[in-house]
Amino acid sequence: MQASYFLKKRLSTALFIIILLAITAGAVILTGFDFMAGFASIPKAAEWGITQFYPTAESLDKLPDILDKLLETIMLSIASTTIAGGAAVILAVLGSKTMQVHVIFSVICRGIASVFRNIDVSAWSLILLFSFGQHVLTGFFALFFVSFGFLTRAFTETIDEVSSHAVEALKAAGAGYFTIVFRSVIPSAIPRKLSWVLFMMETNIRSATLVGILTGTGIGFSFDLYYKSFNYHAASLVVICIVATILAIEFVSNTIRRMIL
Amino acid sequence: MTALLELKHVAKKYNTGTMALSDVNFSVSKGEFVSIIGPSGAGKSTLIRCINRLIDASGGEVRLDGVNVLNLNKRALQQTRVKIGMIFQHYNLVERLSVIDNVLHGRLGYKNVITGSLGIYTSDEKKQAIEILHSLGLEEQVYKRCDQLSGGQKQRVGIARALIQEPKLLLCDEPIASLDPNASKVIMDHLRSICSRLGITVLVNLHQVDVAMKYSDTIIGMRKGSVVYNGSAQGMKAETIFDIYGSEASDLGIEIGVTHAS
Amino acid sequence: MSSMSSKSDGEMSKGIPNLAKKPFDKASFVLRFTLLSMLVLTIFSFISFDYKDIRVFAAIGEAINNLVAMFSKAQFTNFTFQDALLAVLVTICLALLTTVFGAVIALFFGLLAARNLSSPLLSSLIKGGVAFIRAVPTVLWVLIFAVPAGLGSVAAVIGMTFHSIGYLIKAYSESFEELDKGMIEALRSSGAGWWHIVFQAVIPSSKSYLMSWTFMRFEINCGAAVAMGAAAGAGGVGFDMFMASSFYLDMREVGAITWLILLFALVMETSATHLKNKLK
Repeated sequence: MQASYFLKKRLSTALFIIILLAITAGAVILTGFDFMAGFASIPKAAEWGITQFYPTAESLDKLPDILDKLLETIMLSIASTTIAGGAAVILAVLGSKTMQVHVIFSVICRGIASVFRNIDVSAWSLILLFSFGQHVLTGFFALFFVSFGFLTRAFTETIDEVSSHAVEALKAAGAGYFTIVFRSVIPSAIPRKLSWVLFMMETNIRSATLVGILTGTGIGFSFDLYYKSFNYHAASLVVICIVATILAIEFVSNTIRRMIL
Repeated sequence: MTALLELKHVAKKYNTGTMALSDVNFSVSKGEFVSIIGPSGAGKSTLIRCINRLIDASGGEVRLDGVNVLNLNKRALQQTRVKIGMIFQHYNLVERLSVIDNVLHGRLGYKNVITGSLGIYTSDEKKQAIEILHSLGLEEQVYKRCDQLSGGQKQRVGIARALIQEPKLLLCDEPIASLDPNASKVIMDHLRSICSRLGITVLVNLHQVDVAMKYSDTIIGMRKGSVVYNGSAQGMKAETIFDIYGSEASDLGIEIGVTHAS
Repeated sequence: MSSMSSKSDGEMSKGIPNLAKKPFDKASFVLRFTLLSMLVLTIFSFISFDYKDIRVFAAIGEAINNLVAMFSKAQFTNFTFQDALLAVLVTICLALLTTVFGAVIALFFGLLAARNLSSPLLSSLIKGGVAFIRAVPTVLWVLIFAVPAGLGSVAAVIGMTFHSIGYLIKAYSESFEELDKGMIEALRSSGAGWWHIVFQAVIPSSKSYLMSWTFMRFEINCGAAVAMGAAAGAGGVGFDMFMASSFYLDMREVGAITWLILLFALVMETSATHLKNKLK
């Protein structure tokens, strides 16, 4: 018993490490990842960053343009998240176990959310490029779809966790479906839902950069433009603006979160 | 009798400005069973943690075997801590690991970085761990996970972890405060027998005066960071208890009654 | 949208007379203010968007037709199914490498960033650095590393690893900080060293949290790996999709690749949920 206990423990640790190493090795081979190049790129990137990737006085001329695009991207993220939040509330109520109209209907709601969430925002951008072209609406819908899918799941879980007791009480009192939804389900979970929306907004500002690169809009396009024309000074200014924005948004949303939760 | 532990003018001032301990002096002989009693906030926990420097005292001397613990460097402090076992109110076990894993943690102080981190123990150590668990009546629980045990069983695992260190001194911080009366009695009986059979010096923080009087050779009474009584259990009188607990003594009416009865 | 906005409007009008009577409720004021500002900003952004010459509703109609056609008539033309499957595998492997490297490095720094295991100065220093790393979007990290390393798997893995490290250090260190203080105190009191405590108490106790955070990051990294294929030439299924969309302009092929991505993502999500329930 004693010997086998310690042996089993050691073997399972060893097995875990061996499997992990084997999978990693397989992944290295399949992707053609070059360890030496990988390690070498870190000091090289640092050297390049210090010597070339910083804003100069000249690049500051581009600042008005950059801020303009940045504002567009921020607005895009806020608008897509807000609307996704609104739409997700409806689907989440219908998809929740607490307030479902019918089991099959609930499964369908969850399924829709799952499809929207599981197609990456970059894939949505490429899909929507066919219809809207290099247009801000491409990015809007890409961000909207993913946020909608994600928030629906988050809201569904929140409703089932937070509201079920309150709903039971109202049901017992004989309240109608819409009364329960508007008087209990939505208000009781609102702080936590808003917290999820704020989280999604932070994520979307990061994603909007990526979407911008793919769809030729917003701050992502600015970066891509300067990057591909080797204007690294201006590109670094874009990065600084993005970082400042994200840190600011994180700060604001953490402050709001502290106050409402 | 030689003194194993000596405290001279020990003081502790927290950063917040509160004086947790001021001018604490006492000595503990080898093989003695000593209880520290006092109201909550009297500095009992701080005092016991100043001995193995889980909390650094701000002044004075703590001498273990004549060596001042407060001057030791990191390495020497670790070696000294090996000689001091400690058990806690909330047991402080790694709940997700098995009983025997937790007991063997008591040997980590003897290990180097690699063998200790990988948890490689000799077969002697494992045998010793099982023997100790048997002596504490935990032979059924050796391979169970700690989160499946009762409070009293967890505390016995805590004692086993301390004993496998082969300590000279056992520090117990409110060992029975979270336990029911039956489990409390089992734990106190074990501590008493560790003291008398194995000759290990035991220093216990307690808030039950009656328990302290029943088990201890010596009682140290503390109030507001100072020692107000240091003497035999038999020497305790109602006035002594009033000195220690002050106006709060009335809340302890029953316990004072017990004292009178005994 | 309608439910949330009408809701907040309703509460606003109802809330104002109440505020005068009741003691000032900061939480609900902030809540309402936030909801209202989001609404105002959203309306403002719809007005301010540069719609160019696009007719929005016609375009949405066309988009729906496109989506239906894309998914119902999905077909591979330029790539074979096997190509696409291999590309998905490459994408997953990119995500896997990133997660493994990220997890190993983040484990070490996560320990140093946890307040209960490290000094306050070192912890704040690492947490500050992590906040910065996380604020740079993944795609920018990859493109920055692509300058010295060239576009490809190396830049993608290193760049994505940076962001993963940032995310995981935060997640890990918070898991460590939630651990029972007494457990660490007990081992310190017995003379155990820092590494002993880490390997014998900290990691065994937080193992299930670490695993679920790591798996969650793996899921995120799979998405990121698709994106990096499309936006930063990292290869894998993202790159195929980018080619089908922007180079071959083949809608039906994009549909086919999307089906494949969706399938894998669903499998991943199901197993993640399964794993989480098991760890609980």
